[in-house]
Amino acid sequence: MLRVQNLEVVYDDVMLVLRGVSLQVPPGRIVALLGANGAGKTTLLRALSGLLGVHDGAITKGAVTLDEKPIHRLRPAAVVRRGVTQVMEGRRTFAELTVEENLRLGAHTRPKGRAEALERMYGLFPVLAQRRGSVAGYLSGGEQQMLAMGRALMSDPAYLLLDEPSLGLAPRLVEQVRDLIVQINRAGTGVLLVEQNATMALSIAEHGYVLETGKVVLDKPAAELLADDDIREFYLGRAERSFRDVKHYKRRKRWLS
Amino acid sequence: MKDFVESVLRGIGTGSVYALLGLGFVIIYKATRVISFAQPAFMLAGAVLVTYLVGPLGFFLGLAAAAVLTGGLALGVERLAVRPMIGRPVFTVAIITLGIDIAVRVVVNAAIGLDVRQVGDPWGLKVWKLPGGVQVEQRHVAMVLTTAVLIALLFVFFRYTRTGLAMRAASYDQEAALAQGVSVGAVFALSWALAGALAAVAGTFAAVGGSVSESLWLIALTALPVIILGGLDSLPGAVIGGLAVGTVQELTATYQGSLPWLGGNISVVTPYVVMFLVLLVRPYGLFGTREVERV
Repeated sequence: MLRVQNLEVVYDDVMLVLRGVSLQVPPGRIVALLGANGAGKTTLLRALSGLLGVHDGAITKGAVTLDEKPIHRLRPAAVVRRGVTQVMEGRRTFAELTVEENLRLGAHTRPKGRAEALERMYGLFPVLAQRRGSVAGYLSGGEQQMLAMGRALMSDPAYLLLDEPSLGLAPRLVEQVRDLIVQINRAGTGVLLVEQNATMALSIAEHGYVLETGKVVLDKPAAELLADDDIREFYLGRAERSFRDVKHYKRRKRWLS
Repeated sequence: MKDFVESVLRGIGTGSVYALLGLGFVIIYKATRVISFAQPAFMLAGAVLVTYLVGPLGFFLGLAAAAVLTGGLALGVERLAVRPMIGRPVFTVAIITLGIDIAVRVVVNAAIGLDVRQVGDPWGLKVWKLPGGVQVEQRHVAMVLTTAVLIALLFVFFRYTRTGLAMRAASYDQEAALAQGVSVGAVFALSWALAGALAAVAGTFAAVGGSVSESLWLIALTALPVIILGGLDSLPGAVIGGLAVGTVQELTATYQGSLPWLGGNISVVTPYVVMFLVLLVRPYGLFGTREVERV
């Protein structure tokens, strides 16, 4: 179980970005994390994977535990070694390295099983197998997303943190990425899926959290979230209600938090 | 003709020393985006260490040991003085490396003392005679061979090993490398150690056929035009830049007598002239990478 407890994160000693967030990802499940821009989704992932330091961020309260052991004081390499790997927003593949080198780097913490892991990735992403020798910078957006996911999976993580995997992809590619996430999950990897594309995320997730200005405002099974009126209006683009109801939603948010 | 061939051979010899020095600069630059001005001091330190180690160990073992020790020294210096500055402006770090350079050189100069110190190499100024009466100095052949071996080792290291791959990845995108479990701190330390070891070898070969003196570090200044014309972040660029600068310098030294109005020491200036001309045509340097982009 990957658990976040009452987490508070501050950037540059002054900017309070997460204000007591709690959530949990059970092993082998998909959990969706939704929220508008600037809600703190990426910050939460950074806190999980130990990358806050790069951005002058620090955890001031709360804890992140993996199977009841705290991991929020560990360095990124140690977090990866324990089985939590993040796929960063915007793919961030190493454009100057080849596809295969990118994947090999993914197994940096686990050099022993590298050959088998490579074969597994080429089975999961046949496109990458075709282009294994080409420079990653020349791949298409969809291929780069697959490369980023494959690279993260090379460390054989128990939990995969995906930050906006559908960003900038055509609808058909979004579907493909969605299917891949399901496939990865079936193989036993827990997934924390951060998405703006709420329909896609909730259609495969088991549980969903909605983050707003650094707080969890909704926390329900994904099916219920999909049916939730507020979610339908704010994330799925159904504006059938009057502004009085918007106000109602705001008020409710205050009660919840 | 004989003069020409001889000076080209000499140029390739000294050029390979420049190449080694340039490689050190480039490795540090790629890892940390800083030009380390401490390289000249490590070069001097390596040569001086060899003069002490050559007695008990012999030249080759002494050279290897000096390279390892200088690498260790560079690693320690990185830990103490450079690591705390991570995330600070690159300019600040570059100035700190200038300070390190002066500090290390003062200590090393004290170790040189008053006597003439020689690296005790087996070549001295001996020459081989090639057909056609061309003479090639043995030390230059040794420089070229050593450099070739080291470049081959570096190539294999960066291309095939796990650590080498991690270093390349970290030089491209540090945060993404961190997210894959690469320790970027270790990459910084390793790049300094590698550069220190290369500088030690270069310094020793620069002193072959002469003696180690305080002014040896001046040779390292030539590495600056070398890396800039090669394109700062390119390892092949450093090698080719080094060889080009060495060759041009020796050719000028040979033929400058026929252009007396240029004065007696124009060959010293040629590296900068070459750099200037290359930058006019290719502002990124010969092999400096513009970013790989999808069109």
